[in-house]
Amino acid sequence: MTNTDSIGWLGVPLAIMAGAIRGSSPFLFVSLGECLTEKSGKINLGLEGTLLLGAMSAYAISYKTGSPWLGVLAAGAAGAVLGSIHAWLSQRPRVNDIAVGIAMFIFGSGLAFFIGDPYIQPMAPPLPGIQLGNWSQLPQLQSALKISPLLVAGIALAFVFHWFFLNTRWGMFIRAVGDNPAAARAQGISVVKVRTLSIMTGSFMAGIGGAYLSLVYPGSWTRLVSSGQGLMAVALVIFARWDPRRCLYASLLFGGAQAVGPALQAAGVQSYYYLFNAAPYILTLGIMIFTCSPKRSLAGAPGALGSGE
Amino acid sequence: MSTIATLATTANPAPAEPVSRNWRVLVESVVIPVGAILAALVVFGVFCGLAGASPFSVYHSIYRAAFGNWYAFQNTLVRAAPIMLCALCTALPMRLGLVVIGNEGALVMGGLGTVLVGANWVTAPHYVALTAMALAGMAMGGLWIMAVGAMKLYRGVNEVISSLLMNYIAIAILNHLVNGPMHDPSSLNKPSSYPIPDANLLGNIPGSRVHFGLIYGIVACLITWVLIEHTSFGFKVRMIGGNLRAARIAGLAVGKISLTVCFLGGAAAGLAGMAEVAAVQGSANESLVTGYGYAGILVAFVGRQHGLGVLLVSILLGGILASGGMLQRVNHLSDATVLVFEGMVFLVILYSESLYGRFRIFQEKAA
Repeated sequence: MTNTDSIGWLGVPLAIMAGAIRGSSPFLFVSLGECLTEKSGKINLGLEGTLLLGAMSAYAISYKTGSPWLGVLAAGAAGAVLGSIHAWLSQRPRVNDIAVGIAMFIFGSGLAFFIGDPYIQPMAPPLPGIQLGNWSQLPQLQSALKISPLLVAGIALAFVFHWFFLNTRWGMFIRAVGDNPAAARAQGISVVKVRTLSIMTGSFMAGIGGAYLSLVYPGSWTRLVSSGQGLMAVALVIFARWDPRRCLYASLLFGGAQAVGPALQAAGVQSYYYLFNAAPYILTLGIMIFTCSPKRSLAGAPGALGSGE
Repeated sequence: MSTIATLATTANPAPAEPVSRNWRVLVESVVIPVGAILAALVVFGVFCGLAGASPFSVYHSIYRAAFGNWYAFQNTLVRAAPIMLCALCTALPMRLGLVVIGNEGALVMGGLGTVLVGANWVTAPHYVALTAMALAGMAMGGLWIMAVGAMKLYRGVNEVISSLLMNYIAIAILNHLVNGPMHDPSSLNKPSSYPIPDANLLGNIPGSRVHFGLIYGIVACLITWVLIEHTSFGFKVRMIGGNLRAARIAGLAVGKISLTVCFLGGAAAGLAGMAEVAAVQGSANESLVTGYGYAGILVAFVGRQHGLGVLLVSILLGGILASGGMLQRVNHLSDATVLVFEGMVFLVILYSESLYGRFRIFQEKAA
């Protein structure tokens, strides 16, 4: 946590900025993953379980092999396996994707806790960071500007996804399947295949988000390593109106908002700490109340989302 | 006489065929869930085998800890009570076609309402205090979910997302209150609110170690069953859930009915919070957030949003949760084993929903 003793109130905006840089990556990866999933017309509420299993796998593999990058890969693979279960189940007739998501959330977190218990104690090698703050004298600024390569990859992916959805054949397939599966099927697109791949890739990304939690920040594996970023993914995607670039901005905002409470506490404001922690949720809810309308669906929402088709 | 006779014949036009189909459908609706649970047990057994524990010893532990004797079964029932109440919070709005997952938040708000009354009005006589606490808990939980319904009705806000967000907001309010304005300075290890005086705690059902929350849960499930399946109000609810446009055209007061049902669902979860506070915790603290809400969502789906189904599945899940300690002590498995088992059971049961109508043997024979 950034220490505000020496620089006083200046520490608060600095801590928020540091929080945005440090805490946004898990949000970014899960929201990009969920965005991809929802674009194909299905919801995955189980990404919290995926995130936890990813965090555990990354930490365990990094500890066993000594290579954090192998850990990241393992986290993605573990996520994709959970994703394949979700993809298969949620496309059965009469099976509700929201219910499957909650069951996957419980199953995934149970599995992560079950396998992960022996890895709570040992120290796994963390992912190295890129130091961009050497020009500054302030240690706070230096630590704030230590950027993880995963964040860089996530930012790049947000723009790649945007381009992918608009300009590639597969991007078009995903949007077609998400908007109108019947029409897509008539065009000869395999709805099952497109959705399965979208959900698995989305879960792969959520797994990597988990790897960030255990290998970068907070940087260890415990049962409390995630603070609900996976469950929030669904809200984030709505907040971002299913636009990958806006997922990036929303993630930075949520990461920064997460740091408001602790920063104010460090600056001496003790009360309202917990309410500040809820700021992102209140903000999302407020924005939804103001921008939604009962007469039409949200701009940008995939047509088949939540229809059970 | 003649009208009754005509009614009888129109209501039952061709007795032979539907009867044979009905028993086949009935058998199907028993065989598929039972088969699903057995399949989940097999998958879980393989999992335990891989983890180095004998599956049969694990089955035996679960059975003994959950349903083995009256003492064990009471543990199951204590856990089942809040789950069935939380499940109604999803099951009731789902009959309107709304997927509400704000159970955890409604439970927390119900618990806060309970403490607000119970810890402040300490001089109230026992039954007056209990009634007031239950009403406060139900009102808080009910209003919480009614807000979700109102956001959906008047602003078109997706109820899945809004209720999920409301969970986090409720938990933040709980943390704020028990660490701030309602903080009891004597609760050092676990920040808690001021306690409810012992005299006003919710007691156990005579002759058992199960608190009265179980009775609340069973009664709430029965009321739900009668209300939704056997009253004209329930018919209207099902009509809205079946076809919203048709219900509007038929002139139903969609808004009023929807908000009422959301309130009832939230009130059930709020009552679960009341029972947890007044019978188990004695005060409001973070132990209220134990995942009963999320378990309740699944129970509502698996119990097919039906009052009696919810009752049955809650007891099953209560048994699974009650077996955690035994699995740790006897089989040396992590306490997370029950989460894995819970997830597996629900995944397999959800899958089994897609099997209805797939087996020829349960189908009416072609004429």
